[in-house]
Amino acid sequence: MMWMLEIPPFLPFFIGALIAAFTRGILRNIIMIAVPVISAAHLWMVPEGIHLQFAFLDYQLTPYRADKLSFMFGYVFHIAAFIAIIYSLHVRDTMQQVAAMLYAGSGLGAVFAGDLLTLFIFWELLAFTSVFLIWARRTQRAYVAGMRYLVIQVLSGVILLAGALFYAAEKGSLEFGYIGLDGIAGWLIFIAFGIKCAFPFAHNWLTDAYPEATVTGTVILSAFTTKVAVYALARAYPGTELLVYIGAAMTCFPIFFAVIENDLRRVLAYSLINQVGFMVVGVGIGTALALNGAISHAFNDVIFKGLLFMTMGAVLHMTGRINGSDLGGLYKTMPKTTVLCIVGAASISAFPLFSGFVSKSMVMSAALEEGFDWIWLMLLFASAGVFHHAGIKIPYFAFFAHDSGIRASDPPNNMLLAMLIAAVLCIAIGVYPAALYSLLPYDTGYNPYDATHVLAQTQLLFFSALAFVWLNLKGMYPPELRSTNLDFDWTYRRLLPATMQKTFSLIWQLDQTLRQAFLKRFDLCLTFISRRHEGVSGLLSRTYPVGSMVAWVAVILAVYLFLSFVR
Amino acid sequence: MDNEKKYFFDNARNIKRMMHVFYAICIILVLLDFVIHRHVVHSWENLWGFYPLYGFVGCVVLVLIATWMRTFLMRGEDYYDNEGATAADKKQNKEVGGHDVDA
Repeated sequence: MMWMLEIPPFLPFFIGALIAAFTRGILRNIIMIAVPVISAAHLWMVPEGIHLQFAFLDYQLTPYRADKLSFMFGYVFHIAAFIAIIYSLHVRDTMQQVAAMLYAGSGLGAVFAGDLLTLFIFWELLAFTSVFLIWARRTQRAYVAGMRYLVIQVLSGVILLAGALFYAAEKGSLEFGYIGLDGIAGWLIFIAFGIKCAFPFAHNWLTDAYPEATVTGTVILSAFTTKVAVYALARAYPGTELLVYIGAAMTCFPIFFAVIENDLRRVLAYSLINQVGFMVVGVGIGTALALNGAISHAFNDVIFKGLLFMTMGAVLHMTGRINGSDLGGLYKTMPKTTVLCIVGAASISAFPLFSGFVSKSMVMSAALEEGFDWIWLMLLFASAGVFHHAGIKIPYFAFFAHDSGIRASDPPNNMLLAMLIAAVLCIAIGVYPAALYSLLPYDTGYNPYDATHVLAQTQLLFFSALAFVWLNLKGMYPPELRSTNLDFDWTYRRLLPATMQKTFSLIWQLDQTLRQAFLKRFDLCLTFISRRHEGVSGLLSRTYPVGSMVAWVAVILAVYLFLSFVR
Repeated sequence: MDNEKKYFFDNARNIKRMMHVFYAICIILVLLDFVIHRHVVHSWENLWGFYPLYGFVGCVVLVLIATWMRTFLMRGEDYYDNEGATAADKKQNKEVGGHDVDA
């Protein structure tokens, strides 16, 4: 074979971004499509190993290291970028196109980073490039949401940097491998990863900002940031039991919010946290089967969650509305989008023969095998719940339910094509999982299609659907209402500013009172002294001759002179 | 709207048919429990109809709790909107419905 130069995968994307900034029209479209295709073809031929390494100060930096774990994320990021670029071909907004290319490149840079410093650089680049996809919406809401997003993302990066410095001090190396939760470095890096991974209480940047981004921006955003975090956890903290509990919490709590949320893209944002929860549980269990499950679920999630965001983006693009309360009956004029959305919904709900099933079942099986009974029950509940809010609610309120009277047509062909590619992948992986399994880091010989699994999952899902039907017939299903639901972000968007305002006004008042009291005393003092010593012979009205002043100056100068001699 | 095309779900009979098929599938799935021998890992899986029951009850509980959460979590749609936004911005946002999709 011919000698081949291994180009770091982020490079084609960064170059593509540069070209996209200066080209327009069809030429730009061709270049933007060509970048992920060529880069993926190149990546497919790159062997495992360290491909770029150099010394920096006292440390060994490895900007390009490839193994099975990073390849999995590398491949899916190429697929995601390719689909998202096709989906956004109609967009005439250079800022978005450039930001998307840079963002995808940063994600690739992060998953192939072999040391913590390189990881940190791409970690921050992810934040700075992606925020433009939110700001590109060009509304006040998007602007402030983007600001909050940026602050939290940068905070995560700063914590990562601090952790990396501690790590270098502890271990004398910056290599990015297994870290584990011992020592300050371990915890700091864990928290940094956790913020980007949308751990509970650090999850609101996601539900806050993603639904405010542009139609195409949200599709791209959903693919990279959280998956990079999952990758980082899988590399540095496999088998950390704490992750099992955090992940289980992540699968459960968002579904409650998703059920009552009106903005359908925000529903998907909550369901994104729920899906990432399954991956985090898999990483936490840490067996070969569980890690395989976590990684393959990340792979599938990028595609089916992208598909769902694309269908909701199509609805927003064509109707200008995204609230469940404003939509309904769209199947009549958007039949293709409806079918594609149902494919995405079936995949995320893990119906047999769809992609979610072949990966999620691995995490569930691993939880049972390792004796995490209660966690398994929580995951089962979350599986039913995700079907309820993402599998039924999204298609139902957008395309069926009551007729909203909106008669929007299916979106432009490029959007339909992008959704079709994603939908075909969802079904292909579901029908023939062996192709996906062959790419996984471990060989476990797992088969998702045995009678037990298929029957159990189908029963669970159909009876969840039955619950939906029953609640609707009884009129107990919560209607879609125009509303904002408070979540943890209330603490920093309302409570904290309000508390700060009150505290500062209190301090200001206290300060005012103290100053006034002091001034009053001081005034009294002055009056007293001036009273005491007023008059011609008083202390304050005595006159001194100029001569004595000169004498004192002479004394001071003499002392200076003396001191300089002493030295 | 009167002379508008009739769509599939505009016909109540179609909905009824779909529902009947759906109920039939549910019943068949429960009955399959007797036919298919499953290898179980967890003792609870042995309970008759564990998965159907868990799915159904789980979802009802989910919806009931979520509905109850609305009583203390729900605020007006523009609850957060007066943060840092000038009156003009808000007016502009309102005019386009806050849905200024990509330019």
